Amino acid sequence: MKFAVKKALSSGGARVGVLEVGSCPAPIETPALLLATRKGLPHFISPDLLPSLPSPDSNLLQVSPLHFLEGLSTTTISKIGGLHQMLGLQQHGIAAVPRDSIQCLPESKAATKLGASFETPCGRLLIKPKDYVEMISCMQPNIWASLADEVPAWVSEKRNKTSVDRTLRWLDDCISLYPAAGSIFGAIVGGTNLEERKRCAEEVAKRNVSGYWIGGFGLGEGIDERPALLRAVIDILPDEKPRLTCGLGLPEEILQGIAAGIDLFDSTYIYSLTVGGFALTFSLDNSREQHSLQSDQIGSDLTKINLRATAYRKDMSPILENCTCYTCKNHTKAYINHLLNVHEMLAQILLEIHNTHHFLRFFHVIRTAIRDGSFEEFRQAFLESRREHFKGEAIST
Amino acid sequence: MALHFEILGRFNRARAAQLTLPHFVCQTPLFMPVGTQGTIKGLTNNELERIGCQIILGNTYHLALRPTSELLEEAGGLHNFMNWPRAMLTDSGGFQMVSLLHLADITEEGVTFQSPVDGKPMLLTPEESIQIQNRIGADIIMALDDVVRTTITGPRIEEAMYRTLRWIDRCIAAHKRPHDQNLFGIVQGGLDPELRDICVKGLVERNLPGYAIGGLAGGEDKDSFWRVVAQCTAALPEDKPRYVMGVGYPLDIVVCSALGADMYDCVYPTRTARFGTALVPEGVLKLKHRAMADDTRPIDPTCPCMVCKNYTRAYIHCLVTKDAMGSQLLSYHNLYYMMRLSRNLHSSIVEGRFPEFVRDFLRTMFPKGDVPEWVCNAMEVAGIDISSCCAPFPPCQENDSSNELEQLNKVKIEI
Repeated sequence: MKFAVKKALSSGGARVGVLEVGSCPAPIETPALLLATRKGLPHFISPDLLPSLPSPDSNLLQVSPLHFLEGLSTTTISKIGGLHQMLGLQQHGIAAVPRDSIQCLPESKAATKLGASFETPCGRLLIKPKDYVEMISCMQPNIWASLADEVPAWVSEKRNKTSVDRTLRWLDDCISLYPAAGSIFGAIVGGTNLEERKRCAEEVAKRNVSGYWIGGFGLGEGIDERPALLRAVIDILPDEKPRLTCGLGLPEEILQGIAAGIDLFDSTYIYSLTVGGFALTFSLDNSREQHSLQSDQIGSDLTKINLRATAYRKDMSPILENCTCYTCKNHTKAYINHLLNVHEMLAQILLEIHNTHHFLRFFHVIRTAIRDGSFEEFRQAFLESRREHFKGEAIST
Repeated sequence: MALHFEILGRFNRARAAQLTLPHFVCQTPLFMPVGTQGTIKGLTNNELERIGCQIILGNTYHLALRPTSELLEEAGGLHNFMNWPRAMLTDSGGFQMVSLLHLADITEEGVTFQSPVDGKPMLLTPEESIQIQNRIGADIIMALDDVVRTTITGPRIEEAMYRTLRWIDRCIAAHKRPHDQNLFGIVQGGLDPELRDICVKGLVERNLPGYAIGGLAGGEDKDSFWRVVAQCTAALPEDKPRYVMGVGYPLDIVVCSALGADMYDCVYPTRTARFGTALVPEGVLKLKHRAMADDTRPIDPTCPCMVCKNYTRAYIHCLVTKDAMGSQLLSYHNLYYMMRLSRNLHSSIVEGRFPEFVRDFLRTMFPKGDVPEWVCNAMEVAGIDISSCCAPFPPCQENDSSNELEQLNKVKIEI
């Protein structure tokens, strides 16, 4: 894995970088999105449909090794030849992270000094560094995060401090157990405590890692607490290594993370939208035209539409007129509305394709804005536009 | 008539043909995947095209409920609504008389269903069914027939057969688009050769573009099944397509093709995929089985589909019945298998090697030579020598054929 910063706005702020990983056909520009997966493949998009997504933007996947505990042994994965071979995704970059914010959630109460705990579909699992490293060595991802003890925002100071101690110890275990690893990203935790965050960051920065996985977010901290925590961590980290976070899924949160200097994001946003029957429609340019058209739709705001709404029963237009995704080029809102109505799985496939495509374009637009030096303006305009429908309602009531 | 049927090759009763429909030129014998509610479960249109799917089936009853035929008409027909560029066939709603019998009340006028959506009564007459199908716009539409299960006996079967003939005239009269939609009649009559004969003659008199053999694939014993198919294919006109509804298992398709049928439909490949079962030349492979958890072979080493080229049984095993992706990948493979079977049937007949194909097929599926007796009997009538596929002693295994599932289990791979 190789990473280089191409343009930075200011020290510790938003930056554009380039990531070369595995056999990806082309270098990937950051800030970038790692697509969420279930057992290595997208939740709904069949692997033969992946090439229709923007490339190489869509070539980064996040995989949780814990998913495979439900029926696939590490020996078998090894025999097959690792994740890339098993998934038929030899040209994709895979980052292995135990936490998957949909189904493998960190359970801080059950973690011990021996390992981290996760609530999974197989029940509550205690994952020890040795077992984790074994999974990683069989799976051979391009990037992997060290094992972390993530705690929610409301734990005691003592518990929080313990989580930092454990996370650092487990990082050292991971490094010593698998020195010839794919690129290890050192996990940084510390909850909502600035001092602990700094301590953790300082310690991790001393280790020989290829990048940083900044965890402990999306676990109950307030969105306004985050900038300070992110800054505290990032100020300490060297510029030239990539930073990956977990749990910052919404567009606002991603902008927040980018502003602080994060390069790589996972997100459950696309999945949540898709299973809810929502399609992203927020504007990717500065035009406000489409907003006024949708402000009267039930169950939607200016950023997404709810395709279950009866308003779309006869709407023979695509989700977004100028979207080039497979769904918008081939299908109408009326068809997707029908599919949702009759509980057909094609609905989720088509929605995940569109939402992924749109979200990847969002990242693309952000990168352009950073390069142009207009990131802060873009960010402010974006945040304001997402609140416009509230203003509209306030005036009418 | 809005179709052209040209036979390109034969072997005895079997034929390979080109069926030209308004939306697509098809090769028969062919299998039609079932897309009941305007979608083949879990597959996109471009995937269906890529695997070679020529015609898909939509269901009048379900589509009339949701999204309604009026909406489909407004959208320019189901082709437009779902953006499927190739051919389509709609069933009349007749099968729901059987499958949803507890919700149906059948009279001379038509079938009254209790809507599963809102509980209101929904009367499906021959006129209404054809009208709905005219709005949906498929290349082939089916007459509303009075369908009874072949497992019942008594006067109901005769009543249903005669009613089917009376209804076909009402269907023909109601059909507003004979120039771009082909109305197929459906032969009923249960397992009674006399009734079947009367029905075939009655339908052929009406000079329809094509004919279906209905009322089968409902649990009748295999011996009766093939005899009805054989009788009907012998009596139906040579120069028109013959569609055996609800078939089915690959073995059944091979036998029916040998007997002279051209078109098939069934939910089996996609439904069995959702239960974790893959179709393979040897029969079926149950991916849910624990032994699959460390089997690193592809589902079918001879299959060139995307699933078999990229994935192992072990990986599919960890997906099936737990994640949607498992169903999607298996449905893709199973439909690919059916399309491949269709292509092989067509090309082996055209290229003059149909008997070899049949023998190969049977040898692979019955490596111990235990070809079921009904297949042996059917092949004899079809004029195909399969003695080399059958174990020498005993000649062909006695198979009471009353339980299809049991038969299927016999062809499961030893793992």
